[in-house]
Amino acid sequence: MERRRARRRAAWRRRRLVLLLMSPWLVGFSVFFGYPLVMSAYLSLNHYDLLSSPRWVGLANYRYLFTVDPQTWTAVKNTLWLIGVLVPLQVLSAFGLALMLARARTGVGIFRTIFYLPALAPPVAATLGFVFILNPATGPVNTILSHLGINGPLWFQDPSWAKPSLVMLGIWGVGNTMIIFLAAVLDVPRTLYESAQLDGAGPLQRLRYVTIPSISPVLLFAAVLGVIQGLQYFTQAYVAAGVASGQASQAADVTSVSLGYPVDSTLFYPVLLYQHGFVDFQMGYASAMAMFLFAVSFVVTLAIVINSRRWVHSGAR
Amino acid sequence: MKRVATAATLIALMLAAVGTASGAGTHRSAGATKLTVWVGWSARELSAFRKLAAEYQKANPSVALNVVGSINDDKIVAAIRAGTAPDVVSSFNSYDVGVYCGTGGWIDLSSLMKGSGITTSMFPATTNYYTQYGGKKCALPLLADAYGLYYNKTLFKKAGIAGPPKTIAELTADAKKLTVRNSDGSLKQVGIDPFIGFYENVPERWILPWGGTYTDSKNQAHLATDPAWSKWLTWQKQMIDWYGYKNLVKFQAGLGDEFSASNAFEVGKVAMNLDGEWRVAFIKAEHPTLDYGTAPMPAANPSLYGSGYINGTIIGIPKNGKHTQQAWDFVKWVTTNTHALAEFSNAIKNVPSTVASTHSKEIVPDAHFATFLKIFANPKSGTSPIEASGVSYTNAVQNFATKWQAGSIKNLASGLSSLDKQLDAQVKQAKGGGVP
Repeated sequence: MERRRARRRAAWRRRRLVLLLMSPWLVGFSVFFGYPLVMSAYLSLNHYDLLSSPRWVGLANYRYLFTVDPQTWTAVKNTLWLIGVLVPLQVLSAFGLALMLARARTGVGIFRTIFYLPALAPPVAATLGFVFILNPATGPVNTILSHLGINGPLWFQDPSWAKPSLVMLGIWGVGNTMIIFLAAVLDVPRTLYESAQLDGAGPLQRLRYVTIPSISPVLLFAAVLGVIQGLQYFTQAYVAAGVASGQASQAADVTSVSLGYPVDSTLFYPVLLYQHGFVDFQMGYASAMAMFLFAVSFVVTLAIVINSRRWVHSGAR
Repeated sequence: MKRVATAATLIALMLAAVGTASGAGTHRSAGATKLTVWVGWSARELSAFRKLAAEYQKANPSVALNVVGSINDDKIVAAIRAGTAPDVVSSFNSYDVGVYCGTGGWIDLSSLMKGSGITTSMFPATTNYYTQYGGKKCALPLLADAYGLYYNKTLFKKAGIAGPPKTIAELTADAKKLTVRNSDGSLKQVGIDPFIGFYENVPERWILPWGGTYTDSKNQAHLATDPAWSKWLTWQKQMIDWYGYKNLVKFQAGLGDEFSASNAFEVGKVAMNLDGEWRVAFIKAEHPTLDYGTAPMPAANPSLYGSGYINGTIIGIPKNGKHTQQAWDFVKWVTTNTHALAEFSNAIKNVPSTVASTHSKEIVPDAHFATFLKIFANPKSGTSPIEASGVSYTNAVQNFATKWQAGSIKNLASGLSSLDKQLDAQVKQAKGGGVP
């Protein structure tokens, strides 16, 4: 009996210690994630304009989101387009660059630096640079194209080219993912390649049966991260639209006029959420949008993770 | 001990420096009530407002004004929410008055106005409209902006055009005459650029000379049934197609920033331009030798010629301001004192916003600026619709117009019908009614 009590006391002391050690994280999680999430869920069921008290409206904000707001589906389509195009291209280019750098014999450090460097550029500065370079009238890209007899596109000013321009910007800054891939590729045991070679596997077969299975957890990580970042895509779209529309200098109006420029082609879901929350001051409605985004992110991530069991090889299995 | 004393001295000096910095632009008297005033102006215009505030303070030593510039609506809303709003607040976005009055974010000034003998008849009708919503008068106008046509006299002479156009037919003909193309068909000089999103071009500024309105007697959007909208949009698209949509976009991409010395009108790239009265001051400062004229926008109906779009800065008192009476005394002075308005108008070349101040002898005579005083006084001049949904109402119209000019909307009539539904749904949603 006494020993049991002593064991309980020891277990309780352990729990207290664990709680104490975890407390910084628990506080951070509760304040910066738990509380905002709960409040967002509550506000999504209210009419809340930031200035007067929240007023209960039930599911009205969700009904407006799915059945009335004509911009919702434009934003959803744009976001899905971005995820469908940008994420695979980012993963492929990062993986391709990592493979090339892993095989390079000379100048490895220089090439790694060159390909990684764009990732250090702040998103706002990088976007400003791209809008400048791709300016259809004065930008160097179209000037060079015109010397080659090509009438360059309008890039960020053209609804058909604005998203591809953002994709180019995304691929240019793929350095972080590339470094992770490079580390994974260099970590594949050489013995596996030697065994495969002895079995008569060519370069493509070695890539398919050795490299890809070995780095599949990193591929999963890059895919999940890419999809989540795609669902939250905001800064580049916001800056590019503001600058390309020529409204960036009008501080008072920049958010109200240019979001989604040109012709809603860069109106991604988070941009629309920002517009409703911080331009139209409809925080209840913006919260409903945020809850929907949270649910979609959760479901998509879950789907990728469940699906990945078929193609991700972890050391534990 | 010596170190402690040195540290204490340093801290005291730093605190003194901080105190001096926060009080920049104001004069303090001991025991005076400190009033914080938030305004959107910056740089040269902020200095002019601070000068005005100093004048008020000199006459009213019982208050110490702390003027803070570069304020936008996001900051105003955040401060009211947090309970840290200043005593007096102003916004450039008069169309957000629906939000401020509707939510009670800015207090109703009616009783204070009545107590001070201030009546709405002291202000032109349009400014009265954009400073109220839902029966609440929660703001007063503090100078105003009037929009008209700027035209380059040198380019007019070169093209053989005698004077500014007064009708849409004249505007179309003159714009085509004044347009110069490069050998490859791209645009070198444009007569007038009606592209929505270019500089000051928004639908509410263009539709006024066409006589368009937004709502019917039941306050339902009626852009589909008001013929002015389809007429204006059709004309606008025809003009853009004449230039070539891509040509125009490329031309605009090569132009200088609107608020810089490279402004397209100021450097002669655009021969006629819709712009606000403040451009007079910009031209004087940046291109004093530019030979130009100002006129009302050409109108679809002769009876509308002379009118134009008006909006302006609004000023009010947030709901959790601490010194309401002193704040009101300042608001009253700065919005109704003829001398103050004339002085500020001369300094930043905005239109003075009371009926009396537009006739003030203190207003420095200027032929270019006089056009805008007339537009401001014209009873047919108008402004943006004030709705509970604030700026998102006119943004939806603008969004529609940008799709239309790009050719994304094939059927104008059905597009305008959908827009009407969207606008009504938006207002209902903003009022908290959810789905209509």
